[in-house]
Amino acid sequence: MNPVYQRRRRLNRFVMVLCLAAALFGIAWLLMILVSLLIQGLPALSPSVFFERTQMSGGGLGNAILGSLVMTALATVGGSIIGIAAGTWLAEYGGRSHLANTIRFINDVLLSAPSIIVGLYIYAIIVLPMGHFSGWAGAASLMVLIIPVVIRSTEDMLLLVSGTLREAASALGAHRWWVVIRVCYTGAKAGIITGILLGCARISGETAPLLFTALNSNQWVFNLNSEMPNLPMVLYQNMTINSFIPAKVDLAWTGALILTAAVLILNILARFISARKG
Amino acid sequence: MTSTRSVSASQQQDLLGANAREQAALRRNGIIDRIFEKGTLTLALAVLALLGTIMASLIVAGWPALQELGWSFFTGDRWAANIEHFGALPAIYGTLVTSIIAIIIAVPVSLGIAIFLTELCPVSLRRVLGTMVELLAGVPSIIYGMWGVEVLSPFLREHFPTLFPAGTGLTTAGLILAIMIIPFITAITRDVMVTVPAMMRESAYGMGCTTWEVVRNVIFPSVRGGIVGGVILGLGRALGETMAVTFVIGNNLFLSPTLTGQGTSIAALIANQFPEADGLQRSALLLLGLVLFVITFIVLAIARLMLRRIENRAP
Repeated sequence: MNPVYQRRRRLNRFVMVLCLAAALFGIAWLLMILVSLLIQGLPALSPSVFFERTQMSGGGLGNAILGSLVMTALATVGGSIIGIAAGTWLAEYGGRSHLANTIRFINDVLLSAPSIIVGLYIYAIIVLPMGHFSGWAGAASLMVLIIPVVIRSTEDMLLLVSGTLREAASALGAHRWWVVIRVCYTGAKAGIITGILLGCARISGETAPLLFTALNSNQWVFNLNSEMPNLPMVLYQNMTINSFIPAKVDLAWTGALILTAAVLILNILARFISARKG
Repeated sequence: MTSTRSVSASQQQDLLGANAREQAALRRNGIIDRIFEKGTLTLALAVLALLGTIMASLIVAGWPALQELGWSFFTGDRWAANIEHFGALPAIYGTLVTSIIAIIIAVPVSLGIAIFLTELCPVSLRRVLGTMVELLAGVPSIIYGMWGVEVLSPFLREHFPTLFPAGTGLTTAGLILAIMIIPFITAITRDVMVTVPAMMRESAYGMGCTTWEVVRNVIFPSVRGGIVGGVILGLGRALGETMAVTFVIGNNLFLSPTLTGQGTSIAALIANQFPEADGLQRSALLLLGLVLFVITFIVLAIARLMLRRIENRAP
């Protein structure tokens, strides 16, 4: 056989074996995490975990789950509206203009901005002036985190919609806004929803920004103006300052299992919907 | 732009010989067009305002500490709140070292997994494994932290006692960060690789390319921006990651010259001390937050410049 061809084939086989090894390596680590989550989290899982509030020694996670749901929902709705609008401008109107490039660059920075910085920022602009921690501050910090994710995915997905579709709609007499809303959004819908859900999954597990904004509480709190219980902070506190109480650590693992399961279910649901419509 | 559009709209009306109702509809749609564009622009500008206010709030809040401490804040190798001695060097060092370890481990592994998923994997497994990786990218960081402190560091302490005497430390944190960002970078890389049209792939194979040559010469060049973007996101995540690192880095406030020693990172230090901080300490921690933000900013700017240079070189 041709020596050049043999060399190319050898190189190919070598790289592909490396890729296989990488896949096995990565998937093994990740499986290990899931398995230990199941082993440590399942024993304490019971209906009372969902319906009882947090107490000094154990109790349930009901109030924390509710608080997390409220803050995540608020942040996701607000962040999606702002993010989709801004992403639309970047993709449809901004083009390669100086302003659009600047916004894109800033958005990339915010996308990678450490979540703890966002926590400090909300602390400085909301918590300090108000004088107390609150659910609003927590939701605001989560919203700041989800906006760049939605902007990025909206823009990317709109740019994937082919220009001929836009031209065809325009040729039929559709106005620009109508083209964007009916043609571009339809074409990019699955991608935008995926982006929102990725962002939602990200903020539902964020702990760092809530440290200085929503803090935590042992009560059933429906008042967004006071400290707000939330699942990630319960996990953090149970694993650090309360880690000497075994019941608290067990509860933290159960909470971790619930949180992870919620994120996964959310993702699977989104894939199901976008697969059916797309 | 706007003027040409309005001219063409009026010409359109004449040309089409539109009746009054149609003209009103055209005008109404024109107004909606303008409102839509200006509305989305306003919200896009809000992004600029967001960055500006983040910077401003951190500078304003950290200013007292900068005035009080001056350069010793950046050169001091010790952070002791009880004697009001605040040196940021250990935290900056810890942040950079853990992130570099994480990226060195994560990037080759992530690219390998992405190539495996898009090119090698049997089609029946592809969807399952791909979905798994995507789902795992969403696992919250605090879960990795809990796993790191309860499973990984006892394991390291038991099996490699000479390298990891305490189980926790800078390298452990780097390892956890790598595990965290592998699914993240993989999911993005895979997503962009899948968008390469099948015809490009097929024509390269048709010319006799091996799988590696197709990946190297066809797929990577056409999705380079996406891959670099994914790596940037991973690096950003590693630099500012708080919860996972706080659990396993050891939280030692002195400068530790070894890679396996215990240390701290900027984010971990803030998370640990901010809730109880007041006065100068709070200001110093906010200043530290500004330092972290500036580091992130510089890293991203460098990556963007590199990306632009590569894009310019391509024909």
